Amino acid sequence: MRRLTWFNTTSLALGFAFLYLPMVILIIFSFNESRLVTVWAGFSTKWYGELLQNQAFLDAALVTLKVGVASSTIATVLGTMAAYVLVRGGRFFGRTLFSGMIYAPLVMPEVITGLSLLLLFISIGLDRGMFTIVLAHATFSMCYVSVVVSSRLVSFDKSLEEAALDLGSSAFEAFRLVTLPIIAPAVVSGWLLALTLSLDDLVIASFVAGPSSTTLPIKIFSSVRLGVSPEINALSTILILIVAVGTISASLVTKRAVKRRQAEEQMAAG
Amino acid sequence: MNQSAEKTVFAPWHDPDETPLIAFSNVTKRFGDFTAIDSISLDIYRREFFALLGPSGCGKTTLMRMLGGFETPTSGTITIDGQDMAGVPPNKRAVNMMFQSYALFPHLSVWDNIAFGLRRDRLPKEQVAARVEEMIKLVRLDKFARRKPHQISGGQRQRVALARSLAKAPKLLLLDEPLGALDKKLRQDTQFELMDIQEKTGTTFVIVTHDQEEAMTVASRIAVMDDGRLIQVDTPDRIYETPNSVYVADFIGDVNLIEGNASPRGDGKTLLHWAEGQPPLVAECPHAPETQARCTFAIRPEKVSISKDRPSDRTNVIQGRIEDIAYLGSLSVYSVLLANGTRVKAQTANNRRLSRRELTWEDDVWLSWTETAGIVLDK
Amino acid sequence: MNLRRFSLISVPYLWLFLLFLVPFGIVFKISLSDYAISIPPYTPTLDLATGWAGFKTFLSELDFENYVFLTDDDLYWKAYLSSLKIASIATALTLLVSFPIAYGMANAPDEWRPTLMMLVILPFWTSFLIRVYSWMGILSQEGFLNQFLMGIGLISEPLIILNTNWAVYIGIVYTYCPFMILPIYATLEKLDTSLNEAAVDLGCSRTSAFWLITMPLARPGIIAGCFLVFIPALGEFVIPSLLGGSRTLMIGKVLYEEFFANRDWPVASAVAVVLLLILIVPIVMYQRNQQKMMEAEQ
Repeated sequence: MRRLTWFNTTSLALGFAFLYLPMVILIIFSFNESRLVTVWAGFSTKWYGELLQNQAFLDAALVTLKVGVASSTIATVLGTMAAYVLVRGGRFFGRTLFSGMIYAPLVMPEVITGLSLLLLFISIGLDRGMFTIVLAHATFSMCYVSVVVSSRLVSFDKSLEEAALDLGSSAFEAFRLVTLPIIAPAVVSGWLLALTLSLDDLVIASFVAGPSSTTLPIKIFSSVRLGVSPEINALSTILILIVAVGTISASLVTKRAVKRRQAEEQMAAG
Repeated sequence: MNQSAEKTVFAPWHDPDETPLIAFSNVTKRFGDFTAIDSISLDIYRREFFALLGPSGCGKTTLMRMLGGFETPTSGTITIDGQDMAGVPPNKRAVNMMFQSYALFPHLSVWDNIAFGLRRDRLPKEQVAARVEEMIKLVRLDKFARRKPHQISGGQRQRVALARSLAKAPKLLLLDEPLGALDKKLRQDTQFELMDIQEKTGTTFVIVTHDQEEAMTVASRIAVMDDGRLIQVDTPDRIYETPNSVYVADFIGDVNLIEGNASPRGDGKTLLHWAEGQPPLVAECPHAPETQARCTFAIRPEKVSISKDRPSDRTNVIQGRIEDIAYLGSLSVYSVLLANGTRVKAQTANNRRLSRRELTWEDDVWLSWTETAGIVLDK
Repeated sequence: MNLRRFSLISVPYLWLFLLFLVPFGIVFKISLSDYAISIPPYTPTLDLATGWAGFKTFLSELDFENYVFLTDDDLYWKAYLSSLKIASIATALTLLVSFPIAYGMANAPDEWRPTLMMLVILPFWTSFLIRVYSWMGILSQEGFLNQFLMGIGLISEPLIILNTNWAVYIGIVYTYCPFMILPIYATLEKLDTSLNEAAVDLGCSRTSAFWLITMPLARPGIIAGCFLVFIPALGEFVIPSLLGGSRTLMIGKVLYEEFFANRDWPVASAVAVVLLLILIVPIVMYQRNQQKMMEAEQ
C-alpha cells in the first residue's frame, strides 16, 4: 500500500520548499544591485567583486581552510584508531570510559565544549591561535569519524582479516593491505564530515581562537549580528554551491558505481 | 606398507610405523563457562582427507580454528609435524585455511588474491607469477584472472578461495564448510573436483562440514562430533555400516531404530527381544552386551526387504501394514506399521515401471532381513 | 605486538582524556572557586609548590557559592526554564513539520527515494550559520515573509517576528528538521506494507489503520528524532543570538555572555555544570530508546 496520495505529494512539496526556499532567496539576492537586501534592483555581480577585494574575509577563509584540513586529518587518524579499538580491541582497562568519551562529545552543547577547552588552554598557558582551534576541532570531530568508521567496521567480515593473517601477513600488514582499503570509503566520508564540522564551527572556535586567528564563521557571525548584508549573501552563495556541487557529484558517482556493480554481479551469476 | 601385487590400500592409521602429521592430545577449549572442546585426542596422517562432522555448535569449527591458530587450547597440546604449536600465530604456520565465506579480498583481483600469500613470503616476482599461473590453471580460472571477486560466480569464487589457500603449498589445508554456499548440483561436481585436487597436490585436507553426504563422499576418515567430544573416528563405510552408537547411526543416513532387551546367543550374534509374542531379532553386536541389557537395534532401510508373501529363507521376519509410500524416482520408501505401533522404513530400488509394482497402501506385508544386515548398539 | 596494541589504544585514549575529560575537571573546579579581579579571574589557584598543605587550603577554599548564586539570581533559573520551554515547543513544532515529509518520503516510489534522501541530507553539509542567517532576511519587518503576506492582502501591518521567540522556533525547526525526518523515515521505510493492508482487510478504514498500525510502529523513530532535536536545541547559542531578541532567554547565550561580557568564569562554569546535569536525563532516555530499537530489530 505504498501510494503517493495528494497528501503525501503536498507535504513533500511544501516540506522541500521550506527546506530550500530560504537558501534560494539568499542566492537570488546575492545578485541584487542594491545594498537593500530585500528590494530587487536589478542583476549584478558586484558583491562578489567586493567580496574578493575584502582582505579580512579572504584571510579568514584561509585560516578556516588550514584549520579544517589539519584538524580533519588528525581527527581521521585518531577516529579510525578509536573505532578500531572499540570494535576490535577486545577488553581493556577503562573500555567503558573510553566509549563514553567517544559518544559524549556528540551530544555535548558546543558552549560547554568550547568553555572547557578554553579553560584548559589558559590553565596550561597555551597561547590561543590556529593551533588551539586545530586541537579543539580534532577532538570533537574524531568522535564523529569514529562513529562513521566503527559502523563500517561492525559490518566488516572478520574472516577477511583472519585470511590475511592465515596467508602470512602480520597484524599491521593485514590492516594496511586488507582492512584499510575496504573501509576506505568510510574513512573518506569521516574525513569529509570532520572537515565540514570544522569549516562550520562557530561556537567552539570563538572560545579558543586568538585575535590573529579569526575563522570565517567568526567573521560571518560578527558581521551578520549587525544585520543582513549583500556581501555575506554572496559569500553564502559560494559556500552553498561548493557543498551542493560536492554532494550531488559524490552521490552521482556512488550511484553509478552501485549500478555498475549490480550489473557485473548479475553477469557473473548468470 | 605392503608393496606386493595386491592393491595398496591407503590406511596410514593402521600402520604402526607411520607418524601422524597432526596430533591433538587431551585438548580442551573453554569459552567462559562453555566447554567447546572436551579433552580430545586425535591423530591425523599425511595425505589424509579428514572430515570433522557434526551438528552446528558441536565444536568442529573450534577444533579446526585451533589448527589454524585462531584459537588457543585452554589445556592440552597440538603438534603439527612434531612441532608444538602453542604460541605460534596464524601467520607463522604452514597451515592455510579456506574460509566458509571464502574471505576473498573484495578490492583485489583473482590474480592478486591468489598472489597475496606468496607476496607475504617476499618471493621474487617471477616466482610469484609462475606459482599463481599454476594455481589458476589447477582450478581452471584462466579467463577470470583479472576480475574482481564480485565479477565472478559463486562456484568460481569457491575455486579462487581454494587456489589462494593452496598457493603457498601448505602442509595442511583447512576447509571450513567449503561447499556450504553452493547449490546442490554444483556442490556434487565440486566434491569430486576437491578430491581430485587433493590427490594431485598431495596436501593433507581437514574439512569441517555438517553435511554427512559430503563427508561420506570426500573423506578418507570421518570424525563424528557431538558436544565437544569425538563420538567415532573411522572410514566412511565403517561409520555407515558399523556405527558405534545410536547417535552416529542416526546422524549418518536414514536408520530404523528398535529398542529391546538383548541376550547374547554365544556365537557372536545377539538376540533382541523387542515385543511380546514376537520372535527375537538376531543381529551382530560388536560390543557383546551383558545379558538383559537395554539395547537398540539399528538397520538401514535399504537392507530391509519388503514382500507380499512370507519369505522362507530369512532369519528375521516381521509382519506389518503399509502406512505410507514415498516415491523418490529411483527409490521408493515404504513406511510399515508393526503390530506394537513401531514404524519401520523399507527401501526398494524402482527397477520396474511404477504400474508393475504390486505393493500399495494398506497392504499387509512381510519385512525381512539377514542376521548380518543390522547391528545391536548398547549406547 | 602488545606494544602496538598498547599504543593503538593509548593514543586516542590519552587524547580524549586530556582534551575532553580533563577540561571538564577544570570547569568543575572553577565552578567551585570564587570570582576575583585578577588573571585568571578566579581564586584559589592550585599552587603545587606549597605541597600537601597548599592542596588542603586549596580544597577548603572551594565551595558551592556559585551554585547558590544561580538559585538566588532569577536570571539563571529563568534561563534554564525558558531554554527547556523553547526547546520543547521547538521540538514539537519540528515533529509536526517533519512527520508529513518523512511519511511522504516513505510512500514515494522506490526510484525517487535516494534523491529525496539526498535532498534531506544536503542541508546537513551546508553551513549551519548560513542556514540560520538566511532567515534573517525573510523574517525581518521589511522581509520577504511580510512582503508576501501584505502582498496577498492577508495582513496590513508587518508582523514582528525577527528578534522574538517565534523566530527562534522557526530557526530551530528549520535547522534541525533533518534530524527528525531521518529517524522517522528509517522506521516508516522498514514497515511492512502488508500490515496496513491486513488492518484494512480486517475492517479498518485507512485513517484508523494509520493511527492504529503506522503510528505505534513509528514511535521509536519519533522518540529518537525528538531527542535528537531537543538535546542540541537546549544548549543552542547561534539561533537565539541571531534570530532571538534581547528578551529571548536561552542558557547557551547566558553562558556565553557571562563568560565573555561579564568575565565571571566561576559562574559561567557553574552554569555549564548545571546545564550538563540537566542534559543527562534526555541523553539517558535517548540511549534507552536506541537500545530498545536495537533489541527489537534482533
